Amino acid sequence: MHGKTAHELHSLLTNKKISALELTEAVISQIDKVESRVQAYVSINKDQAIKQAKAADERIKNNSNLTPLTGIPVAIKDNMCTKGMLTTCSSKILNNYIPPYNATIVDKIKAAGAVILGKTNMDEFAMGSSTENSGIHPTFNPWNTKTVPGGSSGGSAAAVAADEAILATGSDTGGSIRQPASFCGVVGFKPTYGRVSRYGLVAFASSLDQIGPLTKDVTDTAILMNVLAGHDPKDSTSVNLPVPDYQKALVNDVKKMKIGYIKELLGKGIDKDIKSEIQKAMKKFAELGAELIEVSLPSFEYAVATYYLIAPAEASSNLARYDGVKYGHRSKEAKDLLTMYYNTRREGFGNEVKRRIMIGTYALSAGYYDAYYLKALKVRTLIKEDFAKAFSQCDVLLSPTSPSVAFKVGEKAADPLSMYLSDIATIPVNLAGLPAISLPCGFSQGLPIGLQLVGQAFAEETVLRAAFTFEQNTDWHKQKPSL
Amino acid sequence: MKIDVEHVAKLARLGLSEEEKKLFADQLSAIFEFAEMLNKLDTKNTPPTSHAIPMKNVLREDKVVPCKNVEDILANAPEEEAHMFKVPRILE
Repeated sequence: MHGKTAHELHSLLTNKKISALELTEAVISQIDKVESRVQAYVSINKDQAIKQAKAADERIKNNSNLTPLTGIPVAIKDNMCTKGMLTTCSSKILNNYIPPYNATIVDKIKAAGAVILGKTNMDEFAMGSSTENSGIHPTFNPWNTKTVPGGSSGGSAAAVAADEAILATGSDTGGSIRQPASFCGVVGFKPTYGRVSRYGLVAFASSLDQIGPLTKDVTDTAILMNVLAGHDPKDSTSVNLPVPDYQKALVNDVKKMKIGYIKELLGKGIDKDIKSEIQKAMKKFAELGAELIEVSLPSFEYAVATYYLIAPAEASSNLARYDGVKYGHRSKEAKDLLTMYYNTRREGFGNEVKRRIMIGTYALSAGYYDAYYLKALKVRTLIKEDFAKAFSQCDVLLSPTSPSVAFKVGEKAADPLSMYLSDIATIPVNLAGLPAISLPCGFSQGLPIGLQLVGQAFAEETVLRAAFTFEQNTDWHKQKPSL
Repeated sequence: MKIDVEHVAKLARLGLSEEEKKLFADQLSAIFEFAEMLNKLDTKNTPPTSHAIPMKNVLREDKVVPCKNVEDILANAPEEEAHMFKVPRILE
């Protein structure tokens, strides 16, 4: 039963075919079976999960307060605060941090009656595209454990793909939900910036970060979105707009929908197998009655350079708080305050985090601010304008999620720039704050390929409808890795 | 291009080993040379975008509320004394 989706399990639970306790035990035994090869989790919460499953069974028995999440085992990315439970961001600098509060999305998931299984591995502070930058341990792709699961939400994507969780949360700053979803053959959704509260999400780049679901199909994405979305007075960037019922957006029909395929993301730099599977997906949409239009977003060429100035600039400021004073690691070599800062941060941060703090500090420093940071903010405007132009012609934009399938462990670890360039299809979407989904659309060398669909700000429903229609008319989401 | 890695590390309060200084000097140069491509774009009349979605200040009443989880907060302190965070010497 651990192989099923949340909506399938919900009917089994409410029809009393299975109990929440049996379900949680089945997922835990799957974790016991495969976790040594996948390493998706940084902490597992067995006793608490069993307790929560029993509480869910009470709710089901009394038929009180039931939600589609009641009794469903969920994994939480380890950059989302869980009260009384380690939240490390896969960093040595937070390896003993026990939050005194829950992130808003954790409160919401718990209130819905879900079972929290544990915290998933990630690139340290969400900086990376392979989960190799975890300060705890790497995670491996369930489809081929010699390859990476993508990142930074690699643990969440791998856990869902390996049936070690039914649902998972991720965060996406430059593709960190969609790219691992693509590499692991699951569905990953980044909502519009401001749609989901970031309260209790450890900040990386505050103008780009957004929380979203990683699931086995589009229906489960809509179900989890119904829980996550909504205004939160504790996050001043969360938007006070009414939240639709995302399940109602799941209509198997794209007739007359205008789908723009992005010229720049079907050209050079994209693997040939990926290009051909994406073209097949386009054909599928055309067969289903959608109108396909070629669109050009010339500023995309500049998106990676723009992102790798803006995101590190924000990160260098956000990560200044890790100073060994109030929580986390403190160096023992600390004869005075300044030495304590230097040594705490030297010992606590990994290489990629140090590199990005350095990039951001330099880009913001006196004499360089205008040339780098301000310039990047202006190019961000051009990228936003290119999207607006494209959306004057179409309803959703289509591209591959990643230019390649999962790469081998270690392959790009020594060359940060080539790792950064693998985010070319996902980064522009964060710069413009738009909603986007990645869903399975084929295979190359036995590894999954992801299709990305992007919508206008707060048009999550259009994206979900297009994705749902594609999924209902294909079988890619039903494929499972053999672990 | 040459970047003064030691100066940048000092601004970031980041201790670096000799190998890290060498590694970051090379990698930062490569990354900022790559970023030079942005200069191909004319942005003289383009306003900057700091947030993609329009943002405004959100204010609330400045009201005193009790802090209920002081013990949980202090439990994370590397060093604590009399309900305060303790740090090494600041002044000689």
